[in-house]
Amino acid sequence: MDNIRVLIVDDSSVMRKIVERSLRQAGLSISQVLEAGNGAEALGTCKETKVDLILCDINMPVMDGLEFVKSLAGVENNKGTPVVMITTEGSEGHVVQALAAGARGYIRKPFTPDQVKEHVLPVLAGKP
Amino acid sequence: MSANPTLAPSEGREGWAAILQQAAQEVFELMLSCPLTVPTEAVDGPELDITSMVGLAGLLCGIISMRCTAKSAGAMASAMLGMDVASDSPEMWDAVGEICNMIAGNFKNKVPGLGDGCMLSVPTVISGESYRMHSMADAGVIHVVLLFKGDPIALTLEVHS
Repeated sequence: MDNIRVLIVDDSSVMRKIVERSLRQAGLSISQVLEAGNGAEALGTCKETKVDLILCDINMPVMDGLEFVKSLAGVENNKGTPVVMITTEGSEGHVVQALAAGARGYIRKPFTPDQVKEHVLPVLAGKP
Repeated sequence: MSANPTLAPSEGREGWAAILQQAAQEVFELMLSCPLTVPTEAVDGPELDITSMVGLAGLLCGIISMRCTAKSAGAMASAMLGMDVASDSPEMWDAVGEICNMIAGNFKNKVPGLGDGCMLSVPTVISGESYRMHSMADAGVIHVVLLFKGDPIALTLEVHS
């Protein structure tokens, strides 16, 4: 998939930059990176703009990542857009909750660029 | 993992200091590409004037904090972002908060039973030495000192009952 538009959702701007760098290191051809500091901001972006991939933290102020993923199902522009959670919440329970909410992948912080590649590329290729 | 002479075990939680140390070492290795080394003797170093904290609530209530010098905080942010970051910049505050957040998350995910039952607050970062923290910790304090590029960073877990 070439020239994809990515939305990175994290309340840490440093982490958003690191995630973007990891995606580029994974070899993704990215045409545009959009950023949001919480789920509510991300929802606003998704209503305005179609994106190809969303990387999303869980613990954020205003609206957390799980609530965002559930709400995304109601956003016409981005129904079916794959969301990969990228979070410090690493328990099996959180993974199950995230996948049940509609996330397609799950990356635990701390992470390596290789782990980002390993989790994101199959999601973009439409593999479960 | 080598033994850290600064580890001070608390009653009933002897393994937690080692877990906290390992959690921090993994964060620095994976996210900063910089190892945290274990001091070979008690550390008597510079004033640690940057403090980042993350609250824990649920099965475990308390605070995990990381203290370091402003110089170390700038170096951590620079290593994380792969570019020079000035001390006292928004990126530095953000980076040290996020590092503490990842250490806290990594710690709780390593302690059996805590992963699902313990929530993390968003991080808070404080600068300066002229403050006194009145913690509600009444169930033990775990303290770990490690070296980042030769300078100490102090990790503390304060547990509330």
